[in-house]
Amino acid sequence: MTADVAVLGAGMHPWGKWGRNFAEYGIEAALTALDDAGVPWSDVQFVAGGETIRNGYPGYVAASTFAQALGWNGARLASAYAACASGAQALEAARTRILAGLCDVALVVGADTTPKGFLAPTAGERWDDPDWLRFRVLGATNPTYFGLYARRRMDLYGATERDFAQVKVKNSLHGLTNPNARYRKAVTLDEVLASPVVAHPLHLLEICATSDGGAAIVLASMDYARRHGVGTPVRVRAISTVSPRFPNTVIEMPNFATDSAAAVAAPECSFRDSIAFAAYTEAGIGPEELSLAEVYDLSTALELDWYENIGLCKEGEAERLLADGDTTIGGRVPVNPSGGLACFGEAVPAQALAQVCELTWQLRGEASGRQVEGARVGITVNQGLFGHGSAVLLSR
Amino acid sequence: MSDPAAGVPVIEGWFTTGPEPALLGTRCDECGTVFFPRATGLCRNPACRGRNLQEVELSRTGTVWSCTDARYQPPPPFIAADPYEPFAIAAVQLAAEQLVVLGQVAAGYGVDDVAVGSPVELVIEPLHEIDGVAQLVWRWKPIDDGGAR
Repeated sequence: MTADVAVLGAGMHPWGKWGRNFAEYGIEAALTALDDAGVPWSDVQFVAGGETIRNGYPGYVAASTFAQALGWNGARLASAYAACASGAQALEAARTRILAGLCDVALVVGADTTPKGFLAPTAGERWDDPDWLRFRVLGATNPTYFGLYARRRMDLYGATERDFAQVKVKNSLHGLTNPNARYRKAVTLDEVLASPVVAHPLHLLEICATSDGGAAIVLASMDYARRHGVGTPVRVRAISTVSPRFPNTVIEMPNFATDSAAAVAAPECSFRDSIAFAAYTEAGIGPEELSLAEVYDLSTALELDWYENIGLCKEGEAERLLADGDTTIGGRVPVNPSGGLACFGEAVPAQALAQVCELTWQLRGEASGRQVEGARVGITVNQGLFGHGSAVLLSR
Repeated sequence: MSDPAAGVPVIEGWFTTGPEPALLGTRCDECGTVFFPRATGLCRNPACRGRNLQEVELSRTGTVWSCTDARYQPPPPFIAADPYEPFAIAAVQLAAEQLVVLGQVAAGYGVDDVAVGSPVELVIEPLHEIDGVAQLVWRWKPIDDGGAR
């Protein structure tokens, strides 16, 4: 078990398709988080930024972009890129620096401005870049991989399109009054199933959109939090940023193939199972202690995969868990009370931080209109392409 | 369908185009691990320091791990036919190599023609044309699908 750090502040710029410079969203989120924490910018000694790769140089040096906009204060900087897991890596950089005693207060920010439609590779011909090649040679988009996982659930476990659609129905109700959500409209099963199929068996309303948005977290040492008058802050108990173990035998974006298990047997724990498991181990907290979870529902069916990966149920039982209402607010362990990606769409470098914002508000009892009663322990989980795990375990 | 012999591989060195076409990977001399697309230099088995990775043809048949399709036109650098023609994609488990490899499903077949565990074989078909030259790609064709198309 490791020592804790305090989450003093959380802030977001609402998700949407605003079409403005990504830095604007990040700065709004940062100011909101600083105000929420009651921490002056001048106290911040470290800024960690989740990078965006679609907004030129300022996106690559995200931490610097945010720090300059807030007014240079001499803080040390780090920018992290791990695709969807970028926010978790930035958070981990801040946390480890605090735990090492090298700083007391850190600001972590991620923000993105996204193009319309499929997330496509950045421009240029790159015959040695698998993320470029998969589009050129296979026409494999992100939903291609989501479709593969979904169809496998149908063939192996008897899942149905209605099961998958029900995830969207649930999440649309969860996010109905979330002020930061982009889509705040109740969706019916029939509406989901009537929307066009994008990648069999998944319909348009089951695949997350790409969004603009920004999220920020103020982290501090427990000593600083106490001096600051916050005796019982929400605490980060663990962060997992694990990578796969060889051989990784599940096909993953953007790869053409898995590793081969011909010479070395596949590890007992799959990569996706290992992400949350590492966080549980680090915190000394098990899945049975969870009050809620924010999981990366890039597709409806993927949310069901995550139920199993984070230990809410055994393989093949996720559809039952959903149907029983266990993962709905009011159920045993609500999943995606924020509304998830279904209500937000994806703003890549901000998304893992948005998950942490939601848990922070839930654990404080401030998630008005979607509060999980008595929430004490929560986990976020997500995965960035090219082998980036991301899970954050928080408690009251 | 145009004669595959008339085209060129969309990417050099990833597959053969003869009468018995196959994907080309590499195999580590030391530990026997197979890689596709080819790994060169150092073997990626963390317990192995092999540097001798030999080109090897992968199994021409396998079983479906899962499948999906692309009902909407993928963005560039995908080169689409005009009008766009949807296609299916399968992830296929190769028994000997113990790996799963993606490929489009052969023309004329869709997600209803295969299921997890269905046997498929590798074929070479045109993917798109550049300057009038067919660009060839590997595809997975269902075996014993119960009727010719």
